[in-house]
Amino acid sequence: MIPAAFAYARPTTVDEALQAVASGGEDVKIMAGGQSLIPVMRLRLAAPETVVDLTRVAELRGVREDDGAIVIGAMTTHSDVISDPLIARYAPLIAEATETVADRQVRHRGTFGGALAHADPAGDLPAVALALDAEFVVAGPGGRRTVPAAEFFVDYLTTALEEGEILVEIRVPKREGWGMHYEKFNRVAQAWSIVAVAAAVRREDGRIAEARIGLTNMGPTPLRATAVEEALAGVDATAEAVAAAAAHAAEGTDPSSDLNAQADYRRHLVTVLTRRAVSTAAGL
Amino acid sequence: MSQISVRVDGVSYSDDVEPRTLLVHYLREQLGKIGTVVGCDTSNCGACTVHLDGEAVKSCTVLAVQADGSEVTTIEGIAASDGTLHPMQKAFHEMHGLQCGFCTPGMIMAAIDLVGDNPDPSEDEVREGIEGNLCRCTGYQNIVRAVQQAAHEMQGTAAPEPTGAQA
Ligand SMILES: Cc1cc2nc3c(=O)[nH]c(=O)nc-3n(C[C@H](O)[C@H](O)[C@H](O)COP(=O)(O)OP(=O)(O)OC[C@H]3O[C@@H](n4cnc5c(N)ncnc54)[C@H](O)[C@@H]3O)c2cc1C
Ligand code: FES
Ligand code: FES
Repeated sequence: MIPAAFAYARPTTVDEALQAVASGGEDVKIMAGGQSLIPVMRLRLAAPETVVDLTRVAELRGVREDDGAIVIGAMTTHSDVISDPLIARYAPLIAEATETVADRQVRHRGTFGGALAHADPAGDLPAVALALDAEFVVAGPGGRRTVPAAEFFVDYLTTALEEGEILVEIRVPKREGWGMHYEKFNRVAQAWSIVAVAAAVRREDGRIAEARIGLTNMGPTPLRATAVEEALAGVDATAEAVAAAAAHAAEGTDPSSDLNAQADYRRHLVTVLTRRAVSTAAGL
Repeated sequence: MSQISVRVDGVSYSDDVEPRTLLVHYLREQLGKIGTVVGCDTSNCGACTVHLDGEAVKSCTVLAVQADGSEVTTIEGIAASDGTLHPMQKAFHEMHGLQCGFCTPGMIMAAIDLVGDNPDPSEDEVREGIEGNLCRCTGYQNIVRAVQQAAHEMQGTAAPEPTGAQA
């Protein structure tokens, strides 16, 4: 199908984009890679009055270093994330999870910021951003503000972005010497996660000093597996200790039942995937 | 209407398009490039795959206005001007990498993109590389063989012994 008619703006700077959003009328949609937006527009599930296309806003692309963080431009494509040297060095979990997103064609256009702003509970990158304590830099008519990952994902397909605001960049603290792994369970190629687990682990003298775990598709938003993180802190890095901690992974989650899986199956799956994700991240 | 200038299969065009026009519809309906097909409404099947500035994309999930100033290559633009098939086309032919042929234009464009990044893909890497392209006929076996054969031909080396698949 063909989208409903809309007015089209193609700004080249963030300021121009903010203006285009402000003057675009009642129903304005920001377009990043369009890989989620164009399909819903084709199905007429969205029919915006104005589309503001960020593709040519060069300042939103690319990854840079800023003291203790790497800063990923919202319009950095999934393909560029996968091959970026700074991400590979300081936050390889992001690249590993991004490799599992969709297929090469979608990864050529889809963007890191678009996937986060879309906030699909089955999307792979929100849980990763949460596990790594990312911060979201948002530009609006009144200037810029920074939102921690824990506050960015508000509900099903809903983020802390207010009307008129644009996600500009994502700051991710550098983590060197951490082991990381993204464990995704899906049925076929090119499919969204049924459940997935993002794990980052710091080992010290045979122990797990610290662990950070994000869960994909275990509720309307990505979740931190806090009970597992607490159970892992300071334990000996052994398969048994990891399995015992991972048994807590479903605590505090609220998974849905759908065609792919029932909620109780998801609760079981998350314990298995957490054990695998943490074991691999810890080098066990 | 927006004015766009694009180069498609080596020819420059300037056209007016509605912003909502999908690249695939522009290619097929305004330029008559019907080699690129539409197989789904959900961006899943990959039948519409073309190269936009050298990268494989699903042309049903790109607006024609977004191709303004860009270079597009479709299945119609990869054979040599004397009609000699691209090694990937030739391999699909020789290895029986198609039955009904509907997925083939997109499959070939995705496979050329894959081999550009990874000149010698393993069987698994080929399967992952074409995960964005669905084939309802072949069971993929001969498609994988075709991509590997083309990869070797493009590198100028012999293909490995086929494993299990039959023509
Ligand atoms: C066949 C297929 C399979 C897929 N499989 C997966 C998968 O397995 N895992 C996965 O995680 N994802 C998957 N995706 C989604 C893919 O990751 C998309 O790229 C992503 O969800 C959206 O990114 P985008 O850049 O295309 O955003 P768009 O589609 O352009 O935008 C998505 C939404 O975010 C908003 N938005 C985008 N950027 C900004 C911004 N800077 N500021 C404010 N709002 C913004 C838009 O207004 C829109 O509502 C799949 C998509 C397809 C088509
Ligand atoms: S027609 Fe484009 S993905 Fe199916
Ligand atoms: S040959 Fe028929 S869909 Fe692939």
